[in-house]
Amino acid sequence: MRPFTYERATSAEDALARHDHETYYLGGGTNLVDLMRLGVETPARLVDVAHLPYDQIQLTPDGGLVIGAAVSNSALAADRAVREGQPMLAQAVLAGASGQIRNLATVGGNLLQRTRCSYFQDAAKPCNKRNPGSGCPAREGEHHNLAILGHSTACVATHPSDMAVALAALNASVRVRNRAGERTIPMDEFHRLPGAEPERDTVLEPGDLVTAVEVPPLGMPSRYRKVRERASFAFALVSIAAALDVDDGVVRDVRVALGGVAHKPWRARRAEAVLRGSAATRESFLRAAEAELEAAAPLRDNAYKVPLARNLIVRTLTELVEGTA
Amino acid sequence: MTERLESREKVTGAARYAFEYPVENVAYAAAVQASVGRGEVVAVDADSVLALPGVLAVLSHENAPKLHDPPDGELALFQSRTVSYRGQFVAVVVGETLETAREGARRLRVEYAAESPDVRLRTDHPDLYKPDKVNPTFPADTEQGEPEDAYGCSAVRVDVTYTTPAEHNNPMEPHTTLAQWNDDGLTLYDSTQGASSVQNIIARVFGLDRTQVRVVSPHVGGGFGSKGSPRPNVVIAAMAARAVGRPVKFAVPRQQMYATTGYRTPTIQRFRVGADSDGRLNAVLHDVVEQTSTVKEFAEQTATPTRVMYQAPHRRTSHRLVALDVPTPSWMRAPGETPGMYALESVMDELAVATGVDPIELRIRNEPDRDPENGLPFSSRNLVACLQEGAERFGWAGRDPAPRARREGRKLVGMGVAASTYPAYMAPNRATARAEPDGTFTIRIAAADIGTGARTTLALIAAETLKADLGDVRVEIGDSSLPKATVAGGSSGTAGWGTAVVRACEALRAELNGGLPAEGLEVSADTTEEVKAREAFSRHAFGAQFAEVEVDADTGEVRVRRMLGVFAAGRIINPVTARSQFIGGMTMGIGMALMEESVMDREFGDYLNRDLAQYHVPSCADVRDVDAVWVEESDPHLNPMGAKGIGEIGIVGAAAAVGNAVHHATGVRVRSLPITPATLVPRL
Repeated sequence: MRPFTYERATSAEDALARHDHETYYLGGGTNLVDLMRLGVETPARLVDVAHLPYDQIQLTPDGGLVIGAAVSNSALAADRAVREGQPMLAQAVLAGASGQIRNLATVGGNLLQRTRCSYFQDAAKPCNKRNPGSGCPAREGEHHNLAILGHSTACVATHPSDMAVALAALNASVRVRNRAGERTIPMDEFHRLPGAEPERDTVLEPGDLVTAVEVPPLGMPSRYRKVRERASFAFALVSIAAALDVDDGVVRDVRVALGGVAHKPWRARRAEAVLRGSAATRESFLRAAEAELEAAAPLRDNAYKVPLARNLIVRTLTELVEGTA
Repeated sequence: MTERLESREKVTGAARYAFEYPVENVAYAAAVQASVGRGEVVAVDADSVLALPGVLAVLSHENAPKLHDPPDGELALFQSRTVSYRGQFVAVVVGETLETAREGARRLRVEYAAESPDVRLRTDHPDLYKPDKVNPTFPADTEQGEPEDAYGCSAVRVDVTYTTPAEHNNPMEPHTTLAQWNDDGLTLYDSTQGASSVQNIIARVFGLDRTQVRVVSPHVGGGFGSKGSPRPNVVIAAMAARAVGRPVKFAVPRQQMYATTGYRTPTIQRFRVGADSDGRLNAVLHDVVEQTSTVKEFAEQTATPTRVMYQAPHRRTSHRLVALDVPTPSWMRAPGETPGMYALESVMDELAVATGVDPIELRIRNEPDRDPENGLPFSSRNLVACLQEGAERFGWAGRDPAPRARREGRKLVGMGVAASTYPAYMAPNRATARAEPDGTFTIRIAAADIGTGARTTLALIAAETLKADLGDVRVEIGDSSLPKATVAGGSSGTAGWGTAVVRACEALRAELNGGLPAEGLEVSADTTEEVKAREAFSRHAFGAQFAEVEVDADTGEVRVRRMLGVFAAGRIINPVTARSQFIGGMTMGIGMALMEESVMDREFGDYLNRDLAQYHVPSCADVRDVDAVWVEESDPHLNPMGAKGIGEIGIVGAAAAVGNAVHHATGVRVRSLPITPATLVPRL
C-alpha cells in the first residue's frame, strides 16, 4: 500500500480546504480501503468525513427525507420513517453487503463505491476505468455479471450499489458542496454511463463533497428485490426497485429502476411510460419490460440477464398489485 | 458427546496460529507474482526497492540461494527464470513492517519476455496424455469385459458429459509461516496439515538433516487439503529469514492464494451407462479429462469411485491429463470422489428417469456383493441401510417422481438423492504414551487438528484405552518433535493416528501392571508392521444424501431448504465433532452445487476470483436445515477403534443430491456446475 496521511476533517469547510488532487474523502472505508490494499486506489491523503455532522435523517414537512451523507447504512435501514414511507430503500440497503459492513458504510460512500469488475480490481491488468486507454479485457473475457444496457466499447462495468437503485426510483437527489457553494444533482444524473470516459463514475468534480441525499415523499407501495447467486452477501445479478400506484385497475403512477444491468442505476423510463395509464395486468407489465429491454445489448455470457430482468419486472409489479410483498 | 478440548482457547483468542507467535526482531515478507502467463523473467529492478526505507532484502532468481533438492517444482522458489503460470511467485521483498514489505513488492519492477499461455482445458487438446498413475497411486485406466460392445447392446443407454469447474479450498486461515534460524537449524511455525511431512520436505529443500528442522503447528485454521503438503510460503519464509538473519513472517494474502496454494482441477467427464429396462447396469464407461500444470503433475483420481460403487459386468474408467500454463492443482476435500461422484450420482439419477425406476431402488438393484473391480470382499458396506434410513427420515416415500410436479406459488420444489463413498485409509504412525508421576497421562503424536476435532478424538481414544478419565489425559500434537505422524489427509487421521495411540496406551497399561515408577513411565508404539499385516479387504465408508430445493421460476435462484446425510463410517468416536465434519462437508457440497467456481481468464491465464466476494462459498443464509446422522456399523477389519474416516465423505455426493433435486423441481438437467440463475433462467 502506498504510504498516505490520514486527517480528520472538523467541518465541511475544513474538508474542502484540505482537498487536493491526491486526496480522497474517507467515509466508512469499506470499499476505498480494500481498493488501496489492492493498489487500485493510491491516494496520498485521506480526509475522514465520516465524523462530520451529517449523521441525521430529517423528515421534511411534505413527508420527504434528508439523509445525511455520514448516516450509516445500518441506521438508514433501521429508520422507522424510511421503513414506513420508502420501504424499498430500507429493503435495498439490507440487501447489500453484511451487517458488519453496513455498520461502517456511509450513505455518501455507498453512492461512490466502485465497480466490482474483476479486471478493475486487479492492478496488474488493463482497465479503462482504472487506467484510461489501457483497454477493456472484460468485453471478451469474464463478464457474466456485467452490463447489458448503456455500455460502451470502453467499459462494460456495472454499478454495485443496491441503495442507489432505490434512490433512483425514489427521484432522490444528491446534495453536494464545493468551495463555490452547494448544489443538488438528481440521482438519475448523478451516476454516468461510461461512454469514452469510464474513469468517471459520477458527474462529481474534484473536491466535491456529498453532504446529503434528498428523498421526496413516495406515497405508493414499493419494494426492492435482488437476484443473486447466494442468499446473502453477494452483488446483484439483476435487482429492481419498484413502486406502483394503481387506481381502479389502471396504473396511475409507477417507478422502476434496475440494478446490476448498467454503469449506473438504470431508471426504466420506457417501461414507466408504457405503464402509465395502462391496465395493471401481467400483459402490460410484460409489454413494459420488453419495451425497456429492447435497448439491451448483452455480451457473450450475460444474455441471461435480459429474460431475468424481464421476469423480475413482471414479477415485482405483479406482487405490488397483489400486495404480496 | 465431548466438546473440543481447545474450544475456550479458540474463542478467547488464546490459541496461537502461525502468524501470531511473538518473536523478537521479526521481519515481514511480501511476495511478487508473475504478471505474464508464460515466459521468462528478464530483469528484476531490486535496487530501487532496496532504496526504500525499511526494505531489508529483495530475493529473486537473480540472487536467491540455490536450493538443495526440492522434490516438488512448486517449492523450487526463484531457482530459474521460467514463468510457468501467471501468479507464480517470482520474487520476495523483506521489510521491517508488513506494510513496507507489501509496498516494496508492489513497486518492484520485473521485466518479462512474455509468451501467450495455453490455459484452456478441452477434450481435443493435442497434448492430452495418460498419467502413469492417479492420486495417490491408482492406475489411470481400468477395464473389464467388453464395455463398448456391451454398452452398444444395452436396452437403456445414457451418454452424457458432466463438467466441474476449478474450485479453490479457501481455508479461513491463509497459508502462513514464521521461520526462525538458530544454531540448531530451522524452526517453522507453520499452518500445515502435517508437521512431520513439512519437516522432511523442507529439510530436503535446504539440505539439512531432518532433525535440524522443527515444525510447530498446534492450531490450524482449516486446510481442506491445501495444507497437506508444504507450499511456497514455507520456502519463502525460510529463505527470507536466512537472507536477513532475522525471523520472518509470511502469510499468503487471500488474493495470492488462488494461484499459489492449490485448487481442484476442472474436470470434463463423459459417462456412458448401459442397463436393462429394469435399471440393472450392464456397462459403465467413465472417461475423465482434467488438467495439471507444467510445474508438477497432479492427476486427480476422479473416476476411482466408479470402480467401487456399482455392479456392472462390463466397465472402463480412464483419466487423461494435459499440462497447461496454469497454477498447479492439488488436493481439495475428497479429491477424486468429489467430482467423480458428482457425475456418477447425477448419471444414476438420469438412469432412474430413463428407466422409470425409483432412484433409491435403482441403487439397491446395482449393489455389488464384492468390490466390483478388485473382487475383494468389503470389510463392511452399508450403503443400502443409509439409503433406506435416509428415505424414511426425509419423507422420500411421498415423492411424486414426475419432475416439475410440485409448485408453491412461483417456487418449484423438488427432492433429490445421491450416494456417498470414501476409502477407509490407514497409514503407519508412531505415538508415545506417558504415565506422569501425578497419575495423569500424556499422549504425544505429531498429528494435526485443522479444525476437525482430532485432538479431542485422540484424547477420547486414549482415555478409553487407558480406562482413565478424559480430564486426566493430555494430548500433544502439531509439532514435528513429537513422534512422527502422517498428514491430516485422506480422512485417515482417526484410523492412523488413533491406532498408534491405542497401541501406545495398551503397552503403557501392560507395563504399569508392575506399578508406576516415581519418575513416571513412557512407552512408544509404531504401527508400521500392523498396517503392513492387514488382511486384504475393500474398505470404504458409504453414505446417502438427500436434498430438497426450491427454485424460483422467474429468477432461477436455487435455495436448499433442507438436506440430510446418512453415513455408515464404522464407529463414531465423538458425535459432536463428527456431526460437524459431516455437515461441514455437506455445506461445502452446497457451495460446489450452486456457487463455487474459479474462472480462468483465457487471455491472461489466471483465476479471476481473488477474494471471497468473487469466490462464493455458502453464507449462513444458504445453509438452512442441514443435518447428518449415522447408522450403526461394526467392522472388525479396520483398526482397534472400528472407525472409518469422516472428514471428506460429507462433501461426496452432496452436489449430485442438490443437482438431482433441481432436476426434480424444474425438469432441467444441468450438467455443468455450478447451477446458477445464468444457467437456469433461459431454460425454465
